[in-house]
Amino acid sequence: MEGSNRKAEISAVSAVEIIDDHTVKLVLKAPFAPLLAALSDRAGMIVSPKAAQAAGDFVNRPVCAGPYKFVERVAQDRIVLERFADYWNKEAVKFDRIVFMPIPDSTVRLANLQSGGLDMIERLAATDLETARNDPRLKLSTITGLGYQSLSINVNNGARAKNPLGQDPRVREALELSIDRAALNEVVFNGLFQPGNQWVGPSNPFYVRSLPVPARDVAKAKQLLAAAGAPNPRVTLMTTTVPEMMRAAQVIQSMAAEAGFDITIQATESGAAIQASVDGQFELYLNRWSGRTDPDGNLYNFVSCKAPPALNVARYCNPTVDEELDAARIAGDAASRLAHYVKAADRILTDRPLIYLWHPTWLFAMSAKIGGFEAYPDGLIRPQGMTMQ
Amino acid sequence: MTAFLLHRIALILPTLFFVSVLIFGLQQLLPGDPALALAGENQDPAVIAFLHQKYHLDQPLPVRYALWIEGVLQGDLGESIRIKRPVFDLICEKLPVTGELALLALVVALVIGVPAGIIAAVKHDTAVDYGATMAALWGLSIPNFWLGILLILLFSVKLGLLPASGFVSPGDSLKQNLLTLAMPAFVLGNAIAAVMMRHTRSAMLQVLGSDYVRTARAKGLGELRVILHHALRNALVPVVTLGALEFGQLLSGAVLTEQVFTIPGFGKLIVDAVFNRDYAVVQGVVLCTAMAYIALNLLADVAYVLINPRLRT
Repeated sequence: MEGSNRKAEISAVSAVEIIDDHTVKLVLKAPFAPLLAALSDRAGMIVSPKAAQAAGDFVNRPVCAGPYKFVERVAQDRIVLERFADYWNKEAVKFDRIVFMPIPDSTVRLANLQSGGLDMIERLAATDLETARNDPRLKLSTITGLGYQSLSINVNNGARAKNPLGQDPRVREALELSIDRAALNEVVFNGLFQPGNQWVGPSNPFYVRSLPVPARDVAKAKQLLAAAGAPNPRVTLMTTTVPEMMRAAQVIQSMAAEAGFDITIQATESGAAIQASVDGQFELYLNRWSGRTDPDGNLYNFVSCKAPPALNVARYCNPTVDEELDAARIAGDAASRLAHYVKAADRILTDRPLIYLWHPTWLFAMSAKIGGFEAYPDGLIRPQGMTMQ
Repeated sequence: MTAFLLHRIALILPTLFFVSVLIFGLQQLLPGDPALALAGENQDPAVIAFLHQKYHLDQPLPVRYALWIEGVLQGDLGESIRIKRPVFDLICEKLPVTGELALLALVVALVIGVPAGIIAAVKHDTAVDYGATMAALWGLSIPNFWLGILLILLFSVKLGLLPASGFVSPGDSLKQNLLTLAMPAFVLGNAIAAVMMRHTRSAMLQVLGSDYVRTARAKGLGELRVILHHALRNALVPVVTLGALEFGQLLSGAVLTEQVFTIPGFGKLIVDAVFNRDYAVVQGVVLCTAMAYIALNLLADVAYVLINPRLRT
């Protein structure tokens, strides 16, 4: 569909051939290992071609495939789904209706759950976990997500890259060494999130184990800054106005100050922050990525020379890295791909256009009457197998 | 009176034109490309270019304004780039929700504020007056979102008497509708009641000290008749003005309350539109709000005349 946000994710597909009623053949421009992962994600969600092609309002009346079908959507109020009687695994589906209600405030979400107005909530605030845990009416489920939070450093995006942090990798290394990821996680997220230093989490099979999360080393950070001739670099750290991000920024500011960094926090509304990052109007940006199943989805578009400018806001470009990332895309097995990622990581984690900080944990809270829920790293709620007493 | 009303009506069009230019221009000052906001995480350049072309974001500002105004004059306020529905439909859907909330809040404010103001004025400089003044200060000082969350914790979580959030249309269930709006209406009405009380008290004090009230008492009229029939009618003039202005403000300003209680109303619509750079929605909502203010001010003027026959000419 024209204007689809998902087209780029399967751009490797040049043609689709129908073999029979149950088989399609995807013809690719080149081998592309991340394809299956892309098809298991947003780009692979099957829609009814008849409904999609018919003139009308497909966006507001989607017809797809799955255990539930769309009933209605009232903007900012609710999305209502009802059970699809012909679903192939209908025995596993116990709820007749599911109503999604967008409630932006985490305190109000929890209050609704506690009062019985809701049966389940996602993205419980880390600071509310103990409250939910101590409530006998509720139970919890957590899992580390696919995404990450990082500091993007402007290394080559306009005039604001022309400073010690943007130009000297020793200064960037010093910044990383001044941060205690475990302490940051404890203070801001009650220890619930997963500290990390790469685009995938430490338990991911594509994590480069030879490059573990570095420990804080303020003394070495100071040495590096002295060697770089910038003992007190002044940096502006742009963050969105989400309270947890602002708290994290304050912790980073405080930690980095011990090594000699003078960080000014610039809290910016998210739309403005996106624009500023694209335009290179930043030096350091506390940014997030929701995550993809395949490591390529968490890495390529942020560090490749061919990456979209709106994602590679640091404007990092290293042909050696590109060679390894391109090779990882066409490698035929996981071990070969990992070998390429090891080489890429060695370069990327030295150059540090991004300093990866943590991987968010999905926090689900639900009525104690609900059973059978299994959390997945993509954060999606799968009703198959769920029950209510 | 007729000439006055005609004069006011004639001013509507230039006022709305001025508002349209102002809101269109001010939005352009907001940093952030709507296409970037809408393009999602992938920020695909092809998608961004498609959105620029589809929503005329690649056109010069005067062209975009002309396209928008041309639509407005034909009754088309454009389409929400986020929700993908006509702005007019969204306004028709959300305005009654906020309208009902605003009306209930105003009722709460009047029921609490006006009698409290009358009593405070009549019992001027007594413990009752001081107590009412302090209660008014409390109402003015308490942040809406804080009070809202406290009420949710008490009445929903602890006592289980009221739903914590959400909205049920009166057509679906009037009882549930009133239950879902009870707390938000109180939160909004509480602050306005304080203002109403202060204005009513001041106006009543002024009127109660006037000669004709002294004459009414001297003629032997009962105190209740003096207060309600003679004094209150004159004291109500500024209160009516205030009520009209507050109602207009409620229509556009119940943002925090709608956010806390998850009410899909006007305020929430416009805040989300601003954050998502949904220009058409912001422009349409602001125009509607401007029209509402104009209409309410006109109604207030008419109400003055009805309340106070001396203003009829």
